[in-house]
Amino acid sequence: MKKKNKKNTVIYILERINKDKLLYAMLLPVLIWYLIFCYMPMGGLSLAFKNYKFNMGLWKSPFIGFTHFKTMFADYDFWRAFKNTIIFSLGKLVLHFPTPIILAILLNEITRMRTKKVFQTVLTFPHFISWVVLSGILINMFGSTGIINNILQAMGLRTVSPLMSKSSFRPFIWISNIWKEVGWDSIIYLAALAGIDPTLYEAASIDGANKFQSTIHITWPSIRGTVAIMLILAVGSIMSSGASFDQVFNLYSAPVYSVADTIDTYVYRASFTVGLNFGYTTAIGFLKSIINMVLIVVANKTVKAMGEDGLL
Amino acid sequence: MKKKRTYNLSEKIIVVIIAVLCLIIIYPFYYVLIVSFSSVKALNTHVPYLLPYTIDLEGYKAVFQDKHMLSSLCNSIIVTVVGVALNMLLSLMGAYVLSKKTLMGRKLFLSLIIFTMLFNGGLVPYYLVVTRLGLKNVIWSMILPTGINTFYLIIMKNYFASLPQSLEESAKIDGANDIVILTKIIIPISMPFVATFFLFYAVERWNEWWNAMLFINKKSLMPLQINLREILINYSPQLATQAQLIISSNQKSNMQAVQMASIVVATVPIICVYPFIQKHFVKGVMVGSIKE
Repeated sequence: MKKKNKKNTVIYILERINKDKLLYAMLLPVLIWYLIFCYMPMGGLSLAFKNYKFNMGLWKSPFIGFTHFKTMFADYDFWRAFKNTIIFSLGKLVLHFPTPIILAILLNEITRMRTKKVFQTVLTFPHFISWVVLSGILINMFGSTGIINNILQAMGLRTVSPLMSKSSFRPFIWISNIWKEVGWDSIIYLAALAGIDPTLYEAASIDGANKFQSTIHITWPSIRGTVAIMLILAVGSIMSSGASFDQVFNLYSAPVYSVADTIDTYVYRASFTVGLNFGYTTAIGFLKSIINMVLIVVANKTVKAMGEDGLL
Repeated sequence: MKKKRTYNLSEKIIVVIIAVLCLIIIYPFYYVLIVSFSSVKALNTHVPYLLPYTIDLEGYKAVFQDKHMLSSLCNSIIVTVVGVALNMLLSLMGAYVLSKKTLMGRKLFLSLIIFTMLFNGGLVPYYLVVTRLGLKNVIWSMILPTGINTFYLIIMKNYFASLPQSLEESAKIDGANDIVILTKIIIPISMPFVATFFLFYAVERWNEWWNAMLFINKKSLMPLQINLREILINYSPQLATQAQLIISSNQKSNMQAVQMASIVVATVPIICVYPFIQKHFVKGVMVGSIKE
């Protein structure tokens, strides 16, 4: 009987594949892409446990176990990058996360559609510009001969160089990121707000609620779900795009490495400029990815436990 | 009646606040524009705030005479056109197939794909895999690795799953196969949606610089953003580009007109495409997808 069942299952599978063969044919290139560009690099993580030698390639390089991780824990530059990454991300969570929500709530108050649309168009524009271009603009405007210092001098104040100064680099990153993304990020909240039934507000004002009260009791519960999901995504990216790589990479320079170097920029420099062992930098990336995954899963579970729909 | 008046006042205050915010956001781009139209001489002595001191096309002339700039423009155009074609092909096919709830193995495939959003191999393994595939200093180095954006794929899948089954069923009765259904029915109906992602992918490919940074060092293959990066950030007198020779000065301020003109040239396509993005996107695309 067992043999017959096995044969039946195999036939069953083949029949279903045959029925949907066009679908599988369409899916195949997609799966191949993921295999090559996502899963094969994951296989390369074994490098984290090897001493990479160029002439030996990945498979033949000698296995050295957790040596790289031991080196990492003693590596001053690594901890500095780790610390900076966390600081950047926490700052972003505190400063950047609420701003699109507030903006969306404000924009939602505007009744004239045309004004609202114009505002949205302007505010969303910087999102589509690359950090290469934006960094060029910012470096120019805030440079020693740039327009900002020009205005300051004309007003008799001292000149500033936020991109070169350790104390102002981080805030500069946070603020410029808000400038670039607040419009785009607010879209998803605006969409959620647009789904709120206006009669709720009317009923509330009849009952005597003022603007503030109706915001807390009507607006907030309606966007809680969206905020929860965005929060999961934000927490999940603490390790990486908390400080967006593109942004930091294009704006930072040697004088501010000690406050600006993030795990991603450190791995890049260590691999390609300084020339540290590829196995070592892979180990760093490996650790980062694991922490990343743990954070997302924990955040997702927390949000679900609080009663909202999670992401996963 | 008094209540209505105070409501209007608060709305007006909000409008003012946001208008100021918009001005702050837009000003840097405006600044770029006016500097790009200024003459180099004027830039040496004055910093334009609202209007250029003397209007001059020097910056633009230098940009368009620079062979490196023109070749990088071409490269970016090729990467964008081919890249978006690949993006849309893979994404549409993948999203459509994965939206079919009766497909065997669907959950497995979806988990494998979503997993890649949580975890990846890191920079070095990625670099090694791509270079071992021979994708070094080839135009495909900038096109293939960015084949699919998983986030977009999931949103598209959710959208296709929300379309009524009857569409597909009636087509199947008429004898259409899946490919025909996708191309002749599903896509035309979803045009605004498809168009939005087409434009998102287009902007992404146009802004491509990271893969070029990693895998390309042949000057003739560099895309626009890398070229811009050299002009704007990595500025160094040793990179004797044509533009510098024309202006022939070491002072950074003289490069400004050229720098800003390059930015304008690089950003114009995005500005052209932007109204279309706005138009199609505001159809609540995001809400529907996140709810699922």
